[in-house]
Amino acid sequence: MFDTGKVLAGLAIFLTLLTSPFWYGKGRTAPPALPVDTPEIQKLPVKACIESTPYMTASHMELLNEWRDAVVRDGKQLYVNHEGKKFKMSLSQTCLGCHSNKERFCDTCHTYSGATPRCWSCHVVPKEGRT
Amino acid sequence: MLEKALRGDRRYWAWVGFLILIIGVGFFFYLRQLDYGLGITGMSRNVSWALYIAQFTFLVGVAASAVMLVIPYYLHDYKAFGKLTILGEFLAVSCVFMCITFIIVDLGQPARAINMLFYPTPSSILFWDMIVLNGYLLLNILIGWTVLASEEKSVPPPKWVKPLIYLSIPWAISIHTVTAFIYAGLPGRSFWLTAIMAPRFLGSAFASGPALLILLCFILRKSSRFDAGKQSIQALAKIVTYALIASIFFVLMEIFTVFYSQVPEHMEHFKYLFVGLDGHYALVPWMWAAVILAAIALILLINPRTRQNETLLAVACAAVFFSLWIEKGLGLVVTGFIPSPLEKITEYFPTGPEVAITMGVWALGLLILTVLYKVAIAVKAEIEE
Amino acid sequence: MKCSRRALLKIAGISLIGAGVRPALEALGAGGSPRTLASPNRLVGKRWAMAVHIHKCPTGCKECIDACHRTHNVPDFENLKDQVKWIWNEPFRDVFPGGENPYLEKGPTEGPVLVLCNHCANPPCVRVCPTKATFQRKEDGIVMMDYHRCIGCRFCMAGCPYGARSMNFRDPRPFIKGINPEFPTRTKGVVEKCNFCEERLARGLMPACVEACKEKALVFGDLENPQSEIRKLLQTRFTLRRKPELGTQPQVYYLV
Repeated sequence: MFDTGKVLAGLAIFLTLLTSPFWYGKGRTAPPALPVDTPEIQKLPVKACIESTPYMTASHMELLNEWRDAVVRDGKQLYVNHEGKKFKMSLSQTCLGCHSNKERFCDTCHTYSGATPRCWSCHVVPKEGRT
Repeated sequence: MLEKALRGDRRYWAWVGFLILIIGVGFFFYLRQLDYGLGITGMSRNVSWALYIAQFTFLVGVAASAVMLVIPYYLHDYKAFGKLTILGEFLAVSCVFMCITFIIVDLGQPARAINMLFYPTPSSILFWDMIVLNGYLLLNILIGWTVLASEEKSVPPPKWVKPLIYLSIPWAISIHTVTAFIYAGLPGRSFWLTAIMAPRFLGSAFASGPALLILLCFILRKSSRFDAGKQSIQALAKIVTYALIASIFFVLMEIFTVFYSQVPEHMEHFKYLFVGLDGHYALVPWMWAAVILAAIALILLINPRTRQNETLLAVACAAVFFSLWIEKGLGLVVTGFIPSPLEKITEYFPTGPEVAITMGVWALGLLILTVLYKVAIAVKAEIEE
Repeated sequence: MKCSRRALLKIAGISLIGAGVRPALEALGAGGSPRTLASPNRLVGKRWAMAVHIHKCPTGCKECIDACHRTHNVPDFENLKDQVKWIWNEPFRDVFPGGENPYLEKGPTEGPVLVLCNHCANPPCVRVCPTKATFQRKEDGIVMMDYHRCIGCRFCMAGCPYGARSMNFRDPRPFIKGINPEFPTRTKGVVEKCNFCEERLARGLMPACVEACKEKALVFGDLENPQSEIRKLLQTRFTLRRKPELGTQPQVYYLV
């Protein structure tokens, strides 16, 4: 091989840069704690979301897309969760009805994970701590 | 072969640099349009399609003109067009590219354009337009590039190119028929609801496209050693002549139908265009300019002595091109909206950013054309040696 | 490692079948009870329509317009160019053009005529939309807008024979006086129009314009229901529709 030294050095630099996202933030990138102690949630008899927390964390966008098509395109209004409980399908009223601390709840995690949802250009954010 | 576009004299690079500058300015204003919204243009609730769609409508016709070279050469063995077919195909590539870009630039939510692929809707003519435009772009890139590459290597082109060339003929007709259908199928727009819309598109395409091609051949003769030859130029000129006659005839047919029947709904649009309506006359000078240019072109083209004089032919071709750019561009698109379905007249004036973006897209198309023509000329010069 | 072509084809075929097992099982198993339901107290109709008693509209009254635009966060642009409106008034001769005549200037057709989306039974706007962002609801005929899907091509605006649609040429938020938090706004780059208050119908309420009209000039109901007020009205009184010759079958009926 020609220029073995240069090639190996170049490879080393390349691999370092390639894997940098994985080792650069070690220890500094714990997911943020999301506060769920809004006044609305405090008032709930049973403090439970639409579905379980792991499901919501992983799939809330899929759920919202399902709600979007059901409400806008199929003319449905109610969602039946896996326990049989019914909810009105509304981002602003149902989701933000309990999670009224959008900035500390939704936005913190979205900033952390680098997601830029475009829902808010249309869907109205109710005032924090209304009830 | 693309590396041949990287070798050029100072004039070539000055031209490319100039185009890149215009593209840059256009891009800057497009970013501002993305930020502010389409309100940065002169479009309004009543005139909801304007300069961008007008350019797309006009260019779709110019793009189809490649077929005017392909039919005589490949179907009827008209050898004189042999050198030119590549120019027609590359012109088609540049024009269709501009068409698609103008449509994207006109969208309110361009990032969602892919929804047309996720949710295909065959009842929508825009869906078919997407298919035929992209198909024609692909066809011409494939055909042009392959045939040129084969010429460079002095081998006959591969067998699969022939069926594609034959396919490109009806496909060329389809791109402006489908584009005409966008307008001709709308029940509420009496200016466009006419069966002659697609024939008009064809007529003006076969006039404006070859006219541009003739002008490009003259430019190529001055700036390189490529000479299309007097016979092919004259053949193209005759095509422009007859297509222009057909175009003018079609417009006169429209005018007769509208004014003899005296139906107010139909007359209003033509009155707005040619004499103004209720004190609004923004397009009147433009339309009469188009008429005068068409008349000049017709006189110069019908008379063989002026047609064979290449200076006068160039003037005639430029006149045809600009006349049809006005008539088929803003004249067709904006007038469909004036008066509105509720009898309102909202006039349209393009804004600065809108014009800058439009010029940026034209410059992008011209850059693509320049690069492709440079490659084609270089290859042709090589094989001649 | 030498692999014959035959062996490769065998392995590839089995892998493909294996890869399709999970999706196939998921598709088969995706039955069960529905996860989304229609609201039980919604108003049910098979063909919603509206009748407008033109003569009952006082000149200058905008109760229905204000109610609609307030409920649905319709922006108010001072600049006519960018104007967005779902329902408004026009003079009779512009709503029913053709056949203008100086003898008809004064009389029963003097007052303002309310115009809005006609929710046509044969809507050209739905036909031309390339993404089905505007679509017709099979169950009740309402022509709906899906603002998530709209690409802002404005083909529907060109296709509408009634000028019922508005494009958001800029961000509407700054121009909404008092946002109603119970209904979304729209964003720049999408087309909007009257939705026959389908979100209110889902809650068992009449459309906002109908409810707001003090003169009871607007009648809303299900034409397929022989007992509905609007059906009986159409059977006893002569009504006009806008541009009926175009075959769009508009569902807004005007009584003079």
